[in-house]
Amino acid sequence: MRKIVLSALAALTLTAGAAQAAGNAPKPEAQDWTFNGLFGNYDEAQLKRGFQIYREVCGGCHSLRLVAYRNLEAIGFTKDEIKEIAAEYELPAGPNEDGEILEDGELRMRSAKPFDKFVPPFANEMAAKAGNGGALPPDLSLMNKSRVSGPDYVYALLTGYLEEAPEGVEIPDGMYYNKYFPGHQISMAPPLDAETVEYEDGTEPTLENHAKDIVAFMNWAAAPELEERKSLGIKVMLFLILLTAMFYALKKRIWADVH
Amino acid sequence: MSDVTWKNPVIKWVDSRLPVFSMLHHSTAGYPTPKNLNYWWNFGSLALTVLVIMILTGIFLVMNYVPHTSMAFDSVERIMRDVNYGWLIRYLHMNGASMFFIVVYIHMFRALYYGSYRAPREILWFVGLAIYLAMMATGFLGYVLPWGQMSFWGATVITNLFSAIPLIGDPIVTWLWGGYSVDNPTLNRFFSLHYLLPFVIAALVGVHLWALHVVKSSNPLGVEMKTESDSIPFHPYYTIKDLYGVGLFMIFFLAFVFWAPDFLGHPDNYIEANPMVTPPHIVPEWYYLPFYAILRAFTADAFIYQPFSLLFITPKLAGVIAMFGAIIILFFLPWLDRSKVRSAKFRPLYQGFFWIFVIDCFVLGYVGAKPAEGVLVVVGQWATLYYFAHILVFIPLLGMFEKTKPVPDSIASAVTKAAKTEEA
Repeated sequence: MRKIVLSALAALTLTAGAAQAAGNAPKPEAQDWTFNGLFGNYDEAQLKRGFQIYREVCGGCHSLRLVAYRNLEAIGFTKDEIKEIAAEYELPAGPNEDGEILEDGELRMRSAKPFDKFVPPFANEMAAKAGNGGALPPDLSLMNKSRVSGPDYVYALLTGYLEEAPEGVEIPDGMYYNKYFPGHQISMAPPLDAETVEYEDGTEPTLENHAKDIVAFMNWAAAPELEERKSLGIKVMLFLILLTAMFYALKKRIWADVH
Repeated sequence: MSDVTWKNPVIKWVDSRLPVFSMLHHSTAGYPTPKNLNYWWNFGSLALTVLVIMILTGIFLVMNYVPHTSMAFDSVERIMRDVNYGWLIRYLHMNGASMFFIVVYIHMFRALYYGSYRAPREILWFVGLAIYLAMMATGFLGYVLPWGQMSFWGATVITNLFSAIPLIGDPIVTWLWGGYSVDNPTLNRFFSLHYLLPFVIAALVGVHLWALHVVKSSNPLGVEMKTESDSIPFHPYYTIKDLYGVGLFMIFFLAFVFWAPDFLGHPDNYIEANPMVTPPHIVPEWYYLPFYAILRAFTADAFIYQPFSLLFITPKLAGVIAMFGAIIILFFLPWLDRSKVRSAKFRPLYQGFFWIFVIDCFVLGYVGAKPAEGVLVVVGQWATLYYFAHILVFIPLLGMFEKTKPVPDSIASAVTKAAKTEEA
């Protein structure tokens, strides 16, 4: 308790230092996303490319625990394709009829099904830290919503690595310099480069395209309702404008005899 | 506007046993309202609209929400992803909280501008302030439920304020938490109270309307209704005007829900609560920011703290006293304001002071949102001092010394005069 009380008090009175540390990163440049704006929507082909990057690169360390394989239908995969994708992953199967959870001394495993959430790359947090030099790779399900100017920030971060830290800045071994990361010192090695993955649809495999595609995919993972939300919004607004105009006309008429 | 007689035999039968129809008539078509209310008077009905939306969406959210530290965050995400139109219900509720405060703040500033709190509307004003306090509590409790980082740390910081109370502070905090830190018992009781308080608010709104229907609406001129020519029946005139207002308001509200649902929230609340990681900058929801700034203005070296230090009050306790005091002093407004004239329309000096006060509240809000450093520390202290000076010093002084403009004899005469000058 003491520790929490103290840190809360510290946070209450001494928020300055940390906020300042976070404040020295430049503002990420606004990108032109397909999902921006009044009519914004997702580009299915782009999301598929993004998923490919997640599967081949990010998914090695980062979980995506709020997304289920069945959700991939929304970005254009067929039910059979989804079954195949899910089957590539394994997760603990739990006890069998005899109540055994082990088989030959190992946890009984089963392959994932469409209704399963994405199987995390590590069995638990400690394993994830142990596998990443002590740093915990954050879950990516809500990454685009849990950072200020989400998608622009993630794009800036993925493209914002410098090979050499600026003069006078010491970066310890196993850490990297990133222009946009708060404090600039990041544990994640530059994950993307040109030709990191091989696109199947002929899109040029530049770093920028890779970054754009994975960010778009992450945005879908964080806000899968976006397309439905915006298109319903247009209809609701048209209705409301009409309704309000009628209220206004009625108000004018009812009030005509006052004064 | 006398008593009505009902022709329909069924209505007549019911009404003579339980006068629901007479009561409805009495508070709508038979309820006299000043004919000169402007659009600032729409915000009461808007607040009621939001309250209804909040209670309805809340009831549906509860059907899917799990009040447990290990499941709360994921249950909200399940609502967002797997529950039919869950995202809509949740975004309505989340943004509805902000809308409620926007509407109520405008409603309150309107009362300040036009002197609506003055006799005979003191109790109406008290009940309104009670609603506001209940809203603040409800909003705070509700923000904890999604169990994000800001939920957890906001709850920790705010409940810790009670530890500033001498001697019994720490036991009180432990009692509030139901343990030795913000944890599952805290979440459970917050959930219970968050479900209870809106119904308390609804009851208070009933009392608020009851008091209103006794003393009737104030109006921009600040002169009471005297004859029938001053008033029009609430229905149909204000029912349709309020509906028009609701239409405009819903366009504003839903623009956030559909296109910027997270604009008014904090990104950190999409990270699950983690007692081991403190966010770099803990901020409350925007609607508490002015009070947060007042709270933080009292540091050991702040000049406004010095009078408290003489009384052996710690800076933290001084901040807490000031923060609650900022709302408590509003209860005394009906007696602090000694002006012969009610409406700012005829009080040129008060008008100016009113707008400076509005700006001061925005300055406090800005300071509350930023880290307490540099020039903002001093700005926060002076803005805090000004807040109290406005209510405790300037309002009484203006009431005594301000030269007011002549007030019209009646609403009807002023309205006719205005119509004539418009024609000419």
